[in-house]
Amino acid sequence: MAVNIGGIRMKNPVMVASGTFGYGPEYADLVDLNQLGALVVKGISLKETPGNPIPRMTEVPGGLINAIGLQNPGFDGFVKKYMPFLRGYEVPVIVNIWGKSLEEYVGVAERFNDVEGVAGLELNVSCPNIKEGGMAFGTNLDSLKRVVSAVRKATRLPLITKLSPNVSDIRGFAAAAEACGSDAISLINSLPALAIDVETRKPRIANVIGGLTGPAIHHVGVKLVWDAARTVRIPIVGMGGIMDTKDALEFMIAGATAVAVGTANFTDPSTAPRVIDGIAAYIERHQLSGVDALIGSFEAGA
Amino acid sequence: MVSNTPVEGDYFLLELASRVVAPLVQPGQFVHVRIPGRNDLVLRRPFSVFRAGDGLLSILYKRVGEGTQSLSELPADAALDILGPLGRGFPPVNPEKLPVLVAGGYGMAALYLVAERAPKKGVVMVGGATGKDILCVADFERIGWEVRVATEDGSRGTRGRVTEVMDAYVAGMEGAAPEFFACGPMGMLKAVAERAIGGSWTAWISLDRNMGCGVGACLACVQKVRDESDGPTWARICKEGPVFECREVIWE
Repeated sequence: MAVNIGGIRMKNPVMVASGTFGYGPEYADLVDLNQLGALVVKGISLKETPGNPIPRMTEVPGGLINAIGLQNPGFDGFVKKYMPFLRGYEVPVIVNIWGKSLEEYVGVAERFNDVEGVAGLELNVSCPNIKEGGMAFGTNLDSLKRVVSAVRKATRLPLITKLSPNVSDIRGFAAAAEACGSDAISLINSLPALAIDVETRKPRIANVIGGLTGPAIHHVGVKLVWDAARTVRIPIVGMGGIMDTKDALEFMIAGATAVAVGTANFTDPSTAPRVIDGIAAYIERHQLSGVDALIGSFEAGA
Repeated sequence: MVSNTPVEGDYFLLELASRVVAPLVQPGQFVHVRIPGRNDLVLRRPFSVFRAGDGLLSILYKRVGEGTQSLSELPADAALDILGPLGRGFPPVNPEKLPVLVAGGYGMAALYLVAERAPKKGVVMVGGATGKDILCVADFERIGWEVRVATEDGSRGTRGRVTEVMDAYVAGMEGAAPEFFACGPMGMLKAVAERAIGGSWTAWISLDRNMGCGVGACLACVQKVRDESDGPTWARICKEGPVFECREVIWE
């Protein structure tokens, strides 16, 4: 069941996605964190960020739209408040990082070089909910190349670039992330979406638009992972609406080396452990030699 | 589930056999409920606990949307997946003061355990749009609490708002200072807070908000509060709340 994501050794291919699992302690009473393949913490910026006004989340059929606005305690707050807790576990900790400028991305990446207990960085260039930075970097090819190259130079840690689905052709972005030194890519982040309260004719969340996640986006994710898998040689972390084992298997068959459970953590915190067991059971049932035999085993025909 | 029965109008009483969760519940805490058979609803629904004890736990809920609609259609013996008890509930009633409970509609249910576990009896005030929104009165009376009712249409109790009943009661109080415990709509809670701050009384208020994870991870159900240095910060209603002392909250 073990996989290697650009130097991050995971004992199984299932991680929990950034923004859906807090910083670890929130779910520690409900999930044995050491069972997870990896834990990706909520996005960290150089300075503390208050996030967006409320309401920040609304449920829609098969998913939810959120615009939390990357609220986080900043590098110092995160390291002080959460790293001592996280070091008490064996689970690889991947820190999702973001910035409003190239300098901020580089700054936060550099600071993590000296932090003990961090297995890797996930570069968030795909958040749709902040005015500057985020998706602006991930949907323009030149910006993406600049930020990935700069962060690559700044960090000694394995680097996973998290791609936005909001591009006309994911292959160019996946290839650019690889060429600029990413050790892996993860996809997909949320899709920009709008929900309107028809009685008041006002938006259902304060930020007006937010990111759609959950089962509603699952098959968009599977398709984009498949596209990316035929383009790059670096490992892919597939995510988007994984609710059960079958959803995770689809990503792996499409070419993902690992998967991340996101919104389903809210629905049922036991989803990730169930998916881990489910993948093992599938491997046995299909008499595969291991997860490697599963990755990219899609038979598309034609 | 042990029972799931209509109470009045759109209100339902749900009883659960839960030997694990029921004994742990503190007044004002909530359980986060997954709606069975509705995989299209990715979020759980938070409900304050009404009664808890003897391995039984009950919830009084109002049918307001798709989730509660589906919940109301479940057979009495269905299995329910709940997370709980969650959140920081009401603190123990201060025996030096007179407990005054103020409820709006089904907020009454969230206050029942405060009364049941209080070291002394007090008074409950409940308001609603009509008599149909006034619930649980007999439950409080059975444990010896005085209940005062206000409805906006005058169909039950005094015509007007619950805070008017509260004003009249407080004006005639003698002896011990009141300690308020309130649950209801935001406007009512704000009105209670204004009175408590004006009179230098303590008021514990329970905020009712849509939630995401329910365990403090997603940061959806945040409320602006004062931190130690009086500056604004976000508190997670599901984790630091749902109960706050009214001076902690920054009312906007």
